[in-house]
Parts: sequence; C-alpha cells; structure tokens
Amino acid sequence: MNRQIVKLFALVVALFAVLIGFTSYWSVFDAKALKEKNANKRPLLEQQQIKRGRILAADGTVLARSVAKGHGAGLRYVRRYPEGSLYGHPIGYSFVQQGDSEFEQFHNDELVGNGSEFSSILDQLGGGNQEGNDVVTNLDPTAQRVALSDLEERGFGAVVAIEPQSGRVRVMASNAPYDPNRVPYQLERLNANETETPLLDRATQGQYPPGSTFKVVTAAAGLDSGTITPETAFDAPGSLEVEGQPLENDFSQSFSGISLDTALTFSVNTWFAQLGEKVGEDTLFEYMDRFGFNAQPAIDLPEDEVSKSGVYSEGRLLGPGDPVDLARVAIGQERLAVTPLQMAEVAAAVADKGKLMKPQIWSRVVEPDGHVAKRMDPSEYSQPVSAQTAEELATAMEGVVSAGTGTNAAIPGVAVAGKTGTAETPSETCGGSSEANQAWFIGFAPADEPKIAIAATIECTTEFGNDVAAPIFRDVAETILNGE
Amino acid sequence: MTARNRELIALFPVAILLTAGFAAVFAQENAQLDNASLIYGAYFFAACLATHVYLRIRLPAADPYLFPLVALLTAFGLVMVYRIDANLARDQANWFVLGLVLFAATIHFLRDYDVLERYRYTIAAAGLLLLLAPRLPGIGQQVNGAYLGVKLGPLAFQPAEFSKICIVVFLASYLREHREVLIVGARRVLGVTIPPLKHLGPMLVVWGASMFMLVFIRDLGSSLMFFAAFLALLYVATGRLSFVVIGMAMFLLGAWFFAATVPHVHDRVDVWLDPYAHPRASGYQILQSIFAQADGGLFGKGFGQALITIPGTHEALLPAAQTDTIYALIVNELGLFGACAVVLIYLLIAARGFKVALLADDGFSKLLATGLTAVFAIQAFVIIGGVTRAIPLTGVTLPFISYGGSSIVANFVLLALLLLVSDRARRETT
Repeated sequence: MNRQIVKLFALVVALFAVLIGFTSYWSVFDAKALKEKNANKRPLLEQQQIKRGRILAADGTVLARSVAKGHGAGLRYVRRYPEGSLYGHPIGYSFVQQGDSEFEQFHNDELVGNGSEFSSILDQLGGGNQEGNDVVTNLDPTAQRVALSDLEERGFGAVVAIEPQSGRVRVMASNAPYDPNRVPYQLERLNANETETPLLDRATQGQYPPGSTFKVVTAAAGLDSGTITPETAFDAPGSLEVEGQPLENDFSQSFSGISLDTALTFSVNTWFAQLGEKVGEDTLFEYMDRFGFNAQPAIDLPEDEVSKSGVYSEGRLLGPGDPVDLARVAIGQERLAVTPLQMAEVAAAVADKGKLMKPQIWSRVVEPDGHVAKRMDPSEYSQPVSAQTAEELATAMEGVVSAGTGTNAAIPGVAVAGKTGTAETPSETCGGSSEANQAWFIGFAPADEPKIAIAATIECTTEFGNDVAAPIFRDVAETILNGE
Repeated sequence: MTARNRELIALFPVAILLTAGFAAVFAQENAQLDNASLIYGAYFFAACLATHVYLRIRLPAADPYLFPLVALLTAFGLVMVYRIDANLARDQANWFVLGLVLFAATIHFLRDYDVLERYRYTIAAAGLLLLLAPRLPGIGQQVNGAYLGVKLGPLAFQPAEFSKICIVVFLASYLREHREVLIVGARRVLGVTIPPLKHLGPMLVVWGASMFMLVFIRDLGSSLMFFAAFLALLYVATGRLSFVVIGMAMFLLGAWFFAATVPHVHDRVDVWLDPYAHPRASGYQILQSIFAQADGGLFGKGFGQALITIPGTHEALLPAAQTDTIYALIVNELGLFGACAVVLIYLLIAARGFKVALLADDGFSKLLATGLTAVFAIQAFVIIGGVTRAIPLTGVTLPFISYGGSSIVANFVLLALLLLVSDRARRETT
C-alpha cells in the first residue's frame, strides 16, 4: 500500500499547489483588475479611512478639509468644503461614492499622503497610520469672490487670473458654480442640468470663439516673424470679400494707411484679416503652438477636465495644411474654440516679456507636522515671442484701454493693457437666440510692470466685450493689485 | 535527540509566535504594547507544555512534529480570531483547552485502538446518525440553507466534524478486511476493471451517504470531503485507479443530477461559475473574499489592518470572516507569503500524517492514518479552494484556524488517533 500512499501524497501536493496558484492569481496577478471592479468598494472604503489633507487658499483660508465620523473600526473621513460654491471650480470634490474631480483628483497622491512604494512599506512597518498632506494653492480668496459675483451679475462665463512671472493662478472662477458639499446627494441632478451645466469648469473646459482677443496672437505672429513692424501701415477697407463672404468692420468703417496701434485700438477686422493672410497659415499655427494652443495645457488639473484650444473640425484639431479660412482665423472667428485659461496664458505671455510660464494652481505641499515637503517651482512653458515684440504688443494694447474699444477696463492711476473681443456664437449653442455674442476681455496691469494677467468672458450675451467682460477684468485686477 | 525533545524544542517558536501575534494586534488596536500578550502567550505555552508532558508519558515514540504543527495553526487561528473579535477568541481558547482534554482522553482510552475495528458497524451507524442529526426535528439547525448544526440544550455543535472521523474509522476497518477480495474478485468488463458486485454494497452506502448529504443536509462541502476521503482510501487499499475513476464518475453523475434538481446546490455552482451575476446578493461572499485577497498583495496589509465590516455600519464587508472566509482575511493581512506559509503548514501536517501511514505495519493502522490525514488535507483544500474560487464555496471550516468548537475539538481527536498509530508504528520500527 505504501506506493499508493506516496502517490496520494503527491496528489495532495498537487492540489495544494492549485490553491497557491489561485491565491497568487487573486492577490497579485489579477489584483489590479479586481481593485478596479465596480462591485469592489474596498479600495474606496480604505481611502475613506485616511485623513485626507486640507486644501488652502494662498492666505490660509480652508477650501477643503476632512472631518472624522465614527470611531475605532468605524472611523472614516468625509470631505467638507467650507467655502461652498466659491471654489467648486477649480478645487472639485472627493467622495467615496461619487469619485473625485479637478484639483482634488490631480493632487490626490499628495492629499492622501501616498509616497513612494518604498516609503509606504516603511510606514507600514513603523505601524504609522497614513495621513495626508495639506496642499496650499495660489488662489486669492478676495479676488475669487469678486470674480464669481461679477460673473453671476452678468451671465455664464469664466475668469482666469495668472501672475505672469510665475504662472501662479490667482483666480479661476466659473459661472454657473456648484457647491461640492451637495455632490454626495445631488450629483445626478447637477449632471442633468443642461442649461446651467454647473459641473463644467468653463475656465478650462469652456470652448468659445475668441473673437478679437485673438488679434493679439495674430499681431504677435506678424511682429515676431518680421512680417510687419509697428510702423507698417496699410489700408483697411470697410468690407473685404473673403471666401465668397463679406468680412466687415464694425459699422463698415474704413481706415486708410493705419499701423498696428490704430488697428488694435479700434479692432479693425479687415486690417487683421489681411495681416493673417500676410503671415500665412504655417506661421500663424506655429505661433499658436508657441502660446500653448493645440496642446494639453500644462496646468495642474486632470487631463480630461482641461480642453485644448485651436481650430476644430468635427472634434478634431486642425493644423497647418488643413484648409482653413485664414482671414477669419486671424480675427478669432472661423472654427476657433478656445478656453479662458488659454486666453489668460496669451495675456500672461505678453505681460512677461514674451515668456509663457506654466500655469499652476498649487503652491506648496505641507506635511502634517508643518514641514514643507514640496514647493511649486515656476517653470517656463515657452518663449512665444521676443521681449521686443511683447513690448510692442503691450504698447498697442494700452491704446485699446486708454483710447479704444476697451475703455471700461481702465483702472484709475494704473496703466492697463488689454484687448476686447465680441465673437459671434453659432445661435444653436445659445438656445437658438439670434443675437448671441461671446464677450471677452484679456489683459494685464500695470502695463509697465505687470502683476496680473486676466481673461474674462461671458457666453451667450447680447452685449459687447467692453460692456460685460472689461468691467470684470477691472474689478478683479483692482482687487489683486490692492491686495499686493 | 529523542522524538519528544524535538517536539519540545519545536513548541518554543510556536509560543513566541503567538505572543508576537497578540502583541501585533494589541499594538494595532491600542497603539501601545500590553503585557497581556505575554500572559496569553504564557497560558498557551503552559497548555502546550502540559500536553507535551502527557505525550512524553503516554506516547513517547509518536511523531514529534505533528503536535507542534497543529499548535502553530491553533496559535495562528487564535490570533486571527482575536483580531476579529476578542470575545470569539475567548471561546476559541476555551475550545482549544477542551480539545486538548479530549485529545488526552482519546489517547487514554484508545491506547489499544484496534478495539475500534471490533465496533466498526456501531461506529459507522453513529457516523451516519450524526450526519442525520441536523435534519432531526427539534435539534437540527439550518444555516445559510444548509443543515449543519445540532442544538442539544445549551450545547450546539456541527456533527459532520465528528462524523468524518467515524466514517474514516469504519472505512479503514472495512477495507482492511475486504481489500483482498476487492482486488482478487475484480473483473474486467469492456476493458474497465470493476469491483466485485457483492462487495460493492458498502461503497454504495458511502456513495449514498454523500448524495444524502448533498440533498438533505445540503452540505456540498462535507459531501465532497467525505467522498474524496473514501476514494483516497479505496485507492490506497486496492491500488486500483479504475475504482477511483468509477467512484468519481458516480459522484459527479449524482452531483450533476442533484445540482440540476436541488436549488441550494444549483445556486452554489452558479455563483461559482459567475459570481458577478448577482454581486450584491448570492455572489457577495465569494466576490468580497476575492476582493479582500486582491487587497493583500505579496506582503499583506498587516495584522489588524483589514476591513471586515463597512466602516460606520455593521454590514459585513467580508461575510463569515471568522469561519468560512478566514483564509481570505489571512491573504488580506499577511499577503500571498503569509497564505503560502499557512498552506505549507497544512502540507507538512499531511506529509507527517502520510509518513505515519507509511511506517505503520498492519493494514488497519495504515488505512486509518491514511484516511485521517486525507480527510484533514481535503477539508483544508475544500475550504481554501472555495474561498479562492478554485471550487464552489461551501461552509467547511479551516481546520484549527477557523472559529468553531466542533471543528477544533474533532480535529484534536483526529490528531490523537494519528499519534496513537504513530507511536505504535515507531516503537515497532525502532
């Protein structure tokens, strides 16, 4: 019988090997897929037991914090947003059932205190409980409040304010706002609200025609490529026939022998249409790329929650070589769709001597013991234009506010450089209303020593950029300059 | 070194491990070290030491590793159960002591275990009666659709745990006597060697008992365990693989038939094949068991770190963590490495058990040791296999680790029988 007993033991060894096989499959090889299963709430429940760090404004105002519920094995943390809807964008939310979004999602690892694999094993051996770090932002609470209330007075839209030299995002406001505290029980309702779309961060996902604000980009390409100088002058008729359609100035006004300053001050469409054609498609697209168009913006928000800006055709970004109506691209119409964030970056690059910094919302990561673990290191995205071109553009943009179409942006005692925009929106995007404008203002102040660059926009309005967007710029810029 | 001295030395690391385990759980729960872990460690060591001294006197030649290995599993189980609920661990510790008492009693009264052969039909009848008991009105209890428990006044137990020993004793004895005729009388029909029909009777009884369990007790796990142990013994006794194949075919045929007709069995199989069909209802336990394992990874989350209930509620995240799915909890907290260690301990026990069978020199001793070892190993396989979805999940305990008095006590009796066989075998060989 001994032979059989040995064989039986061999069978037992084989059976136990099967058990080890299955155990390793679940615990190691298939573990990642299992953790992502819908039915598996375990990873979420575990994360809920970690005290997530706070999110703070630049002045220390608490924008998000975690409060403990229950105790012992029932201990869990729930996210609270003391400022309510003021920072729904761009902070976003983080809840076990509803998931996370925006800043909360992008900075998740810092907020839950996920270090490297090695340090977390050390933590485990040390028996320490995982605790999250605080993340301090660059957001200016006073200016954020001004921006949102200005927007709420005027319509749906967004404001983005960036410190040009560092890329620090000081304001990012989107109207309609939402209160992240309501997400746990109102997410579906918020999602279903198609008129207000409160969960859409218009600052980073609103895709609007830039209108005349885009003339800054066209002018930058013209000057920097050497196509024109600030003195180059040519005629701008009241109307031009482009691609079989008339392209007109406001009130069909014609100008003869004007240079950049005058053309920008009065936002002369036919002048910029001709400039665009002089510059050429390849060069214009190249300068767009340099300003950050046609690429994922380098901001610290989740990729799928930040749209790229550019000329779109059926959801696809067009590039050099694609057939486009260059004259109308040059004046910010055609199929251009841009985000307020992108236009703020254009203003910031002109303000910072032609240098574009990566826009960043976060400023530093602070460990629970107060030790600063990481600091935001301002870094350059690109140098779209030379310092000289930037200076020439700034001069022309000053004229817009002092004597041109953007007078409502003027701040007493401070030189302001800017550009208005009033784009025609396809009527179907504004619920069929025929006179729907996208009103814009982009600019920076003080013009000679810029401290802040801002883009403000209102969608589906009957008014012009100078009427609704320029005052928002003024209020926000003034608030930030006063706070300095 | 003598066998008993080896046993004594092996018990030290076990006691230290238990103490360290308790210390780890204390540290996790109270964020401080408590000398209670030392006290528990001392109690445990004292109990093991007393048993060791008893073995030294009564069974000096018995296998030196079986008892320390079992003590290791028990220590491990105590720590895991304590980590789930301190009150359950107190019960478990009491059962451990009761198990040791019955262990000693078995050794005391069955020193001449040949006596079991004489009462084999009585024992078989007792085994079957035990199996039937959960369906008897008044004392039977239904758990999760299966009739597993018996309640006699304040005493509640799971008779299948004891029944398995009775059945193994009967089969070992029966096959010892009839193995010759089963071999000699076998005929070849259509190229397949079949056992002689007149000796097939008891086999049919065992098959019937398994099917009965499937249908009336609805205990798929025990049914599988019994029948597998029976086939193992049949194979060892006759050396005829064809008998095993026929037996397996009969079992599968019956199981297939009842799986199609008995809803309880049918559901278990369905859940096994597709747990995602009803992730919140019938598939919940197996899915949560697998998710808990996925969370363990290579090294696990550490003692006391696993979530067993949904925080803030009393809803189970890992249902039956202290019994059926305790293995999933082990994987979660100790990782693949910890789980491998547990499986390895079972394998070592099986190896020592089969070694006892190899050394034994009469047929009954050989078959008894084989049967006891096989039923023990298969029990571990059935529940670990169930929890890891290798086979349908059934309510069988993980021997010596799961919370449960019947399981601990019955398995200590099983161990006592193995050591009795071992002592005699090793005395004769040396």
